[in-house]
Amino acid sequence: MIPLPFNHRSTPILSSEKIDIRYVATLARLALTDDEVARFGAQLGDLLEHVDALAKLDVSAVAATAQVVESRNVERDDILAPSLDREVVLAQAPARQGAFFRVPRIIAE
Amino acid sequence: MQYEAVIGIECHVELKTATKMFCGCPNEFGGEPNTKVCPVCLALPGSLPVPNRAAIDHMVRAGLAVEAAIPTFSKFDRKNYFYPDMPKDYQISQFDMPLTQGGVVKYWLEDGTMKSCRLTRIHLEEDTGKSTHAGSGDGRISGSTYSLIDFNRAGVPLMECVSEPEIHSADEAVAYLESLRRTLQQLGVSDVKMEEGSLRCDANVSIRPVGASELGTKTEIKNMNSFRSVHRAIQSEIARQIAVVEAGERIVQETRGWDEINGTTISMRSKEQAHDYRYFPDPDLVPMEITAAYVDALRETIPEAPWKRFLRYTQSYGLNVLQATQLIDTQPLASYFDAVVAASDNAQQATNFVLGDLSRLANESGTPVWLSAVSPEHLAELIVLVDGKTINSKIAKELLVRMWAGEGSPKALVEREGLAQTSDPAAIEAFVVDVLAANEKSVNDYRAGKTNVMGFLVGQVMKASRGKADPALVNDVVKKKLEQ
Repeated sequence: MIPLPFNHRSTPILSSEKIDIRYVATLARLALTDDEVARFGAQLGDLLEHVDALAKLDVSAVAATAQVVESRNVERDDILAPSLDREVVLAQAPARQGAFFRVPRIIAE
Repeated sequence: MQYEAVIGIECHVELKTATKMFCGCPNEFGGEPNTKVCPVCLALPGSLPVPNRAAIDHMVRAGLAVEAAIPTFSKFDRKNYFYPDMPKDYQISQFDMPLTQGGVVKYWLEDGTMKSCRLTRIHLEEDTGKSTHAGSGDGRISGSTYSLIDFNRAGVPLMECVSEPEIHSADEAVAYLESLRRTLQQLGVSDVKMEEGSLRCDANVSIRPVGASELGTKTEIKNMNSFRSVHRAIQSEIARQIAVVEAGERIVQETRGWDEINGTTISMRSKEQAHDYRYFPDPDLVPMEITAAYVDALRETIPEAPWKRFLRYTQSYGLNVLQATQLIDTQPLASYFDAVVAASDNAQQATNFVLGDLSRLANESGTPVWLSAVSPEHLAELIVLVDGKTINSKIAKELLVRMWAGEGSPKALVEREGLAQTSDPAAIEAFVVDVLAANEKSVNDYRAGKTNVMGFLVGQVMKASRGKADPALVNDVVKKKLEQ
C-alpha cells in the first residue's frame, strides 16, 4: 500500500463526547421528535464508542488512507457516450413540467 | 482616515472537454433541457463515476501555466449539502488534496504596471444543474413557489480557482480576471465566457486603515455577470464599507448580491448557519498518482505566459500597452506577429501592419489575419522591401491588398512588375520636367506665391512614375525646379 499524505489530527477528539444529535438531524434534513432524539442519540453514541476504541490504538506506524482499494488513476477517455431519452428520464421524476424536473420551492441557503 | 481595500477572488471555470467530468454525456452550452443526461449525472442508484482524463490534463496544464505546485498524489472528496440542482445531494470536489497548490497570476494595469496575486489553489469539481425559479413572476428565488431543473450542466467539469486576498482595487480585480481569462483561453482549457457562464466569479471584499496588517471583516459579493459589473460591484462595496465604518458601525460578515440596476450590493440575508459540508474521500473514486513524467510531458505544451509576452512586447519591442494587449488578447494574432517580427526584425512596422492595414482587411473580409492568404513570411518580405527603400509605403499598401487577395510573394510581384522605387535622380528629373511643362498654369501660380500647388505637382509626378518614384526625392526636385 502506498502511504497517503493524509491530514489528520494528532490527538483525536473522542467523537462520542461531541455528538449533537439535533445538529446531525438538521444537516440530514430529518425532523426528530424528542423521543427519537433520545433513542437515536443513545444508539449513535454506542456506535461512536467503537470508534473511540479504535482511536486509542497506536496507529503511528500505519499510513492514513483515503481508499481501501489499491487501484489508482482509473480514468476514461474524453469520448461521447449516448445520453438517455428525455421521456425516459422525466418518467422517473416525482414531478415534471414540460421538459423540466419540477421541485418544491427552494429556501435560500 | 485613509482605507485600503483587500480583495480575494474565487473563480469557477467550466473546462472545455467533449464530455462531462464523470460520464460520457456531452459538455456543451445550452441545448434542449434534460437531453444531455445519463444515470451517472442524474445520480441514479448503482451508477458509478469515472473521471475524464482530459479534464485532469487541463487542470495540471492550468496549474503549470500559473506556476502552481503539482502534487504527486490527489483525490476526490464529497462535499455534502442539499440543493435540488445537485442530484446526488453531494458534489464531487476536492478538499485537502487538490490537483494544484499555490501559483501566481501576474497581470498588468492600463498604465503597464505589472502586479501579481498569489493563488491558494485550483481544484477540480463538477458543475450543478440549472434551476429556474418560477411562480414569483420575476424569476427570483424569493417569493417563488416552485423551481424547474435542467440537469444538462450537472457534472460538467469545473475548476475552482481561489486567490489570496492580495488585490486592492476594482481596477486590479478586473486586470487579474483578464489575465486569468487569457491564460486559460490560450491554454485551450476553457471558453471562459462570462455570458455563457463558463467563467463565473465571486469577490471577498474588506477594508482596513492604510498601514494596518490585520484583515477587516469581509463580505462575499455574488451575481456579477460581466467584468464591468465586477468593477462596479467592488467599487460600490468598498464605498459602502467605508461609509459603514465612518458612521461608527461594524461590517457584518455576509453574502451580498450585486444589483446591476440600482448599482449597489444588497444583503442576501442568508440564515446565519455555518456551512458544514462534512467532506470525506469519495469511495467511488480511486486516488490519482501524478508522475513527474506525466507533468513534464504536459509542461512541454504550455505556451509562453501572456505576462512574459507583455514584457517582451513592451520592453524589447517598444510597443505601447494598448498595442501589446490587443495582440496578446488574440493569441493566434500574437503568434502571427511573432513570426513576422522573427522574419523581418522590425517590430514597429510589424505592429503597424498587423494592427493597422491587416486588421482592417480582416474586419472587412471576416477572415482573421492568421488564416488569411498573407503569410507571416510574405508580410516580413514586404516590411524588408519598405525598410530597404525598394518600395515606398504607398506601393506597400497596394501590394498588401493584392497579397490579401492571394497574389503571393511581394518580392516576386515587385520584380515581375518592375514596381521597385525609382531613386535615380535623372529619371525623376525627367518626370518632373514633363509634368511642369504640362502644367504651366500651376507653375505660374506657384511663382506668383501660391505655394500650395506644390502638393498637386508632386502628386502628378508620382502618378507619372506609376507611384514608383521616391516621394522625398520628387519633392526636392520639384521644389528645386520651381524655384529656378
